[in-house]
Amino acid sequence: MSQTTTIHGEKISLLRVLGPGHVWALGVGIVLVGEYMGWNFAVGKGGAIAALIACWFAGVLYTCVAMIDSEVTSTVAAAGGQYAQAKHIVGPLMAFNVGLFLVFAYTMLEAANAITLGYLVQTVGGMAGFAEAQDKPFIVLTIMFLAWLNYRGVYATLTFNLVITAIAFIAIWVLFFSVQPWTGTYMKHGELLTGLPYGWLGVLAAMHFGMWFYLGIEGTTQAAEEVRSPARALPLGTMTGIITLLIAATMTWYICTGLMPWEYLGQAVTPLFDAARLTDSTVLMVLLFIGTMFSTLASANGCINDASRAWFSMGRDRYLPQVFGAVHPKYRTPYRSIVFLVPVALVFAYFAPLDQVITFSILSGLLEYTFMAINVMMFRQKWPLGTIKRGYVHPFHPLPAIVLLLLCSATYFAVFLGYGTQLVAMMVFYIIASLWFAFHRYKFVRRGAQFTMPWPKPVGY
Amino acid sequence: MHNFQLLEYAAWGLSALLGLWMLIDLIRTDRTYSEEMLTSSQEGEIDDTLILDAPHQGGQK
Repeated sequence: MSQTTTIHGEKISLLRVLGPGHVWALGVGIVLVGEYMGWNFAVGKGGAIAALIACWFAGVLYTCVAMIDSEVTSTVAAAGGQYAQAKHIVGPLMAFNVGLFLVFAYTMLEAANAITLGYLVQTVGGMAGFAEAQDKPFIVLTIMFLAWLNYRGVYATLTFNLVITAIAFIAIWVLFFSVQPWTGTYMKHGELLTGLPYGWLGVLAAMHFGMWFYLGIEGTTQAAEEVRSPARALPLGTMTGIITLLIAATMTWYICTGLMPWEYLGQAVTPLFDAARLTDSTVLMVLLFIGTMFSTLASANGCINDASRAWFSMGRDRYLPQVFGAVHPKYRTPYRSIVFLVPVALVFAYFAPLDQVITFSILSGLLEYTFMAINVMMFRQKWPLGTIKRGYVHPFHPLPAIVLLLLCSATYFAVFLGYGTQLVAMMVFYIIASLWFAFHRYKFVRRGAQFTMPWPKPVGY
Repeated sequence: MHNFQLLEYAAWGLSALLGLWMLIDLIRTDRTYSEEMLTSSQEGEIDDTLILDAPHQGGQK
C-alpha cells in the first residue's frame, strides 16, 4: 500500500506565477521558428509577391484569431484554452475534438522542431568534417531536455522561452538594419521581384505555408491557469505577440526576397541564415544561426507546455482517463501528461517524414481556427455583452469571425491542392475518435462538474 | 571514434538520464501522495482576478 501525506480535503492546482511577458514568450516562442524556416515554401508555391500576399492574408487570419481568442479566453480562463472554451460554449463532442486538435497540432509541431534541430546539428557536424554525423541523438535529446524542463516547473520553462525568443527576435532586427534597406547596397528587390509566376492560383497555394508565419500564436491561452491575472495578461500577451509576429514576418520577407531569387528562396531550408551568409559577415552568420537554433528550441518548448495542458484538462474532466489530470505536488505541473506525450512526440520525430508531420499540425490548427469563428458567434449570441465579465472585447463583431471563416476555407483549398490525401485521412481519424468518444468515453465525463464558470444561463435557455 | 561521435553518445546518455529522472520522480510522487490529492485540481478559481470595467470591457459592475 502506498504511503500518503494527504490531508483529507487538501487540494493542489497549477501554479499562478506567470506575467504578460511569459504569455508573449509562449505565443511568439512557438511561432517565431516559422520566420526562420518554413514560410519560404510559400515563395516556391507562387513567387515572392504571392508569399507577401499570403503573409498579409494569413496575418489578417491570425489577427482575427488573436482578437477572438483574447475575448473568449479572458472570460473562460482555464488550462486547455480552446478546449475549455468549446466545453462551456458549444458542447462536449466539440470540446473533445478541439482538445485533440490542440494536442496533435502542438505535438506534431514539437516533433517537427526536434527533427529540424537534429538536422541543424547534423549539418554543423557535416560542415566541421564529420560526414557521418547523425541527427537522431539530438532529436531525442531536444525532446527529453525540454520535457524535463517542463516537468520541473512552468516559471523556469517560460522564462527560458522568454530569453531565447527575445534573442531570436532581436537577431531579425539586427539583420534588417545590417542589410541597410534605406541604401540599396544589399537589397535588390527591383531585379528579384518577378510578379506572379503561377498567377493567382499560386497566391492561393501560397496560403498553405503563409500560415507558417503565425501558426501557434493561439497557444497563449493554455497558460490561463498559470498567469497571475488572466484578464490582463492573456489579451496583453496575445495581442503584443501577434503585433511582434506581423513585424517579424514582414521584415523577414523583405530581407530574404531582396537578397535571393525566388527560385532558390522557395526551397531553402534556413532562409534567414542564408540571408546572413550573403552579407559575408561572420558576426551576422553566427547570430542568425543562434537565432535559428533558439527559435526552434523555443517552439518545441512552448509546444510541450501547450499540448500537456490540453491533455491534462481533458483528463481532469474525464474526457480522457482521469490519471492525466494529476498535478505534481512539488513542481505544480501536469507531470503525467508531460511524460505521456514524450513517447508520442518521439515516435513522430523518429519515424515520420517532416512534411507529413508539419501538414498534420497545420490541418489540426486549421480545424481549430474554424471552430474559433463558430465559437465566438455562439458566445456573443448566448452571453451578449454586459451579461458576463470580459477582460477584453474584440471590435467589429461578427466581421472578424466571418473573415476568419472565409480565410480558413481558402486555406483548406490551398492545403487540399498539395496534401488532399492527408486532409481526408485526418478527417477520417477525427470522425473515428469522435465516435469512440460519443459511444464509449462520454459516460465517464463529469457532466455537471465540468462547467466551472459562474455564468448566468445563456440567452434562450 | 571521432569527436562528433562522442557528442552523439553524450546526447544519448543525457537523454537516457533525463528520461530516467522523470520516470523515477513520477513513480516516487505517485507512491508518496494519494491519487485523490494528485487529481484534486479544479478548473476555475480565477473569478477574483478578472477585471471589472463595464463601460469599456463589456462586463458587469
